[in-house]
Amino acid sequence: MNIALAVDDEVRHEAALPSASEAGPATKRVVVGYGFWIFLLSDIVMFSAFFAAYAVLAHATAGGPSGVQLFNQRSVAIETACLLASSYTCGLMSIAIGSRRYAATYWAALITFVLGAAFLVLELREFAGMIAIGAGPQRSAFLSAFFTLVGCHGLHVTAGLVWLTVMMAQVAIKGFRATVERRLLCFSLFWHALDIVWVWLFTVVYLMGVVS
Amino acid sequence: MTDTQYDRAPGDALALPDVEQGTSSGVLVYTIGLALAVVLTAMSFWVANTSLLWVGGVSLGLTVLAIAQMGIHLVFFLHVTTGPDNTNNVMALAFGVLIVILVVVGSLLIMADLNDNMMPSAELMNLHMQH
Repeated sequence: MNIALAVDDEVRHEAALPSASEAGPATKRVVVGYGFWIFLLSDIVMFSAFFAAYAVLAHATAGGPSGVQLFNQRSVAIETACLLASSYTCGLMSIAIGSRRYAATYWAALITFVLGAAFLVLELREFAGMIAIGAGPQRSAFLSAFFTLVGCHGLHVTAGLVWLTVMMAQVAIKGFRATVERRLLCFSLFWHALDIVWVWLFTVVYLMGVVS
Repeated sequence: MTDTQYDRAPGDALALPDVEQGTSSGVLVYTIGLALAVVLTAMSFWVANTSLLWVGGVSLGLTVLAIAQMGIHLVFFLHVTTGPDNTNNVMALAFGVLIVILVVVGSLLIMADLNDNMMPSAELMNLHMQH
């Protein structure tokens, strides 16, 4: 009896909620978001190859300096804080966009940009310091892998900052059009994905490098 | 032409009031995510620097913390849910994770194996030296 009732319930439930394919074609926002999601996943697969190369070469220092001697945990912690905070303000920006508030959008974008730029400055200072003491990418396989992996993430952050600037110009000129909103959706996906990559970066490169 | 049709799709119009009514709860979601991420990051840095833990387990602990933090980011910042409207996103994510694991774990296993097997033994090295 109970089973029959449960089945009956399920049938009624399914009838009330049509599946995604029955509901008709997805909206363009959904399709664009999904396409960008696929791109982000392929980007992360590319990062995974760099991560694998780094993990394999982490101890191939060729007599040069190792991670323990080079990495400064304090600066890594500040970089992490900057990127995490900028991810948060990027989220606040999406909320402001959802409720069509221009001032809040500009402020959140400005803070996101400043925090991202601070992250980049710290990273470039770290790179410059390492190259100055002769620990450039040509010193050892370990350092080649390090500069490729961390530099690739830095390039992504740079591209994100340029993108954010362009998007704010579009919001100022075009307003919250559907096209602009979709691009902003893609930007926030990109920015949050970069933060996920950084979580693995500081864990695998900096913290595990200091441990071993 | 198709663009305008899609832009006026009922789903898109329905989605907007949903976003508007959720402004304060949206901020709350991001704030909870930020708080959890900060806690996990602080734990990662503590685990890497403490001498209280067994050194052999530190790498594993850091990996677990990173996976947890990735989950926090996905749920609270990227809004990946288990709902039926998210099935496609989750399937793509699962496939991406599969490829990432194959690339990273596969590379590490193969390279470790090569290192073990290809490392010439001491006698072999001496033989080479004599020639």
